[in-house]
Amino acid sequence: MSSDLAYAQEHHHEHDHQAVPSDPALRVKALESLLVEKGLVDRAALDVLVDAYEHKIGPRNGARVVARAWSDPAYKQRLLRDADAAIAEMGYGGLQGEHMVVVENSPKVHNLVVCTLCSCYPWPVLGLPPVWYKSAPYRSRAVIDPRGVLREFGLELPEDVELRVWDSTAELRYLVLPERPEGTEGMGQEALEALVTRDSMVGVAKVSASKSGDEA
Amino acid sequence: MNGVHDMGGMHGMGPIVDEKNEPVFHHAWEGRIFAMNRAMGAWRKWNLDASRHSKEVIPPAEYLRMSYYERWVVGLVGLIVQSGLTTSAEIESGAAASGSVKTVPALTAEKAVSLVKTGVPASRSVNVAARFQVGQRVRARNMHPLGHTRLPRYARGKFGTIDRDHGVFVFPDTNAHLLGEKPQHVYSVRFGARELWGAQAGEKDSVYVDMWDDYLEPA
Repeated sequence: MSSDLAYAQEHHHEHDHQAVPSDPALRVKALESLLVEKGLVDRAALDVLVDAYEHKIGPRNGARVVARAWSDPAYKQRLLRDADAAIAEMGYGGLQGEHMVVVENSPKVHNLVVCTLCSCYPWPVLGLPPVWYKSAPYRSRAVIDPRGVLREFGLELPEDVELRVWDSTAELRYLVLPERPEGTEGMGQEALEALVTRDSMVGVAKVSASKSGDEA
Repeated sequence: MNGVHDMGGMHGMGPIVDEKNEPVFHHAWEGRIFAMNRAMGAWRKWNLDASRHSKEVIPPAEYLRMSYYERWVVGLVGLIVQSGLTTSAEIESGAAASGSVKTVPALTAEKAVSLVKTGVPASRSVNVAARFQVGQRVRARNMHPLGHTRLPRYARGKFGTIDRDHGVFVFPDTNAHLLGEKPQHVYSVRFGARELWGAQAGEKDSVYVDMWDDYLEPA
């Protein structure tokens, strides 16, 4: 415990001298130049990382997983039993999705995912989290007033539906398998995919048969 | 530590602002600090838990005032100075100290591609006995460590039930301070919403918190 204390004090001391970035753009540019000059980072590696999360990895991945689970009962069973393997079957996995858990919504159970302590989120299937997910209002209220939070997102959950909130405090990353909406019985996997929104896979929304998953 | 980052259950933080068609990064610098954080992590001078803690130690008023990625700037600078990869003077001047030797980056573009695809598992395949069984009633320890912990305040001292055992994982409370991985079982523990928040909470509602063996005692 004394070493913890020393560490904490050391860190506090450091931050006393690290002013809040007045212009983060300039500060980050200067930091990147310094780290490149010292040979500590490779700009090409930074470009790869930015490009991956800006253009390649996002909620359309999760939507494909959900649409397949809706269309293929055996896949859904695998997904709920061993999410890592089932998601890997679709070609997804990796950073911040090393240990996945899929939780299923039903007419009687609704699941909601939060990280009250920081911003844990299943990157390989949803990409990087939106600002609201990382913000104090969501992190503070999702556990104490989840029904109020859902109402703010336009979802009024009936009293008799059991609400399960998953606080991502460890390295497990949660994906909500939303309910397949009524009126989609004849739809193929691709058409279903287009209906699945990011918000429905975090649990702050349901999937609607008439609206498309229009998030980037 | 009982920091403001541990905000589950707090009031007064305002409405949730849902931005439509939100970009992944709102400014180019956000992407750069995001990527630098990973590239510098490849030096293995710290770990994910230490990286989280570097943001938790930002004083509360500043933490709340800063944007998400501003915290990353402060956190990363703290880590690279503390680990000796750069000096504070170099950060201030923006230039390498004279006579310092240029090294070779730990993370190349090629390695970045595989890092994204394979990740960095926090599970450990070591044989550690589980202290609790699925279905067992447990109590979250009432503890307030000064260092890093992933046991949120709202759950401390509360009674719950082991819902599932996720296997063996690195323990953040020691790992964040480079005091060892102390691998142990992690469980999803189900807490009734009324156990946590009283009569105002929904009768059938619950909160599942992922917890390590060291956070729990038999009830």
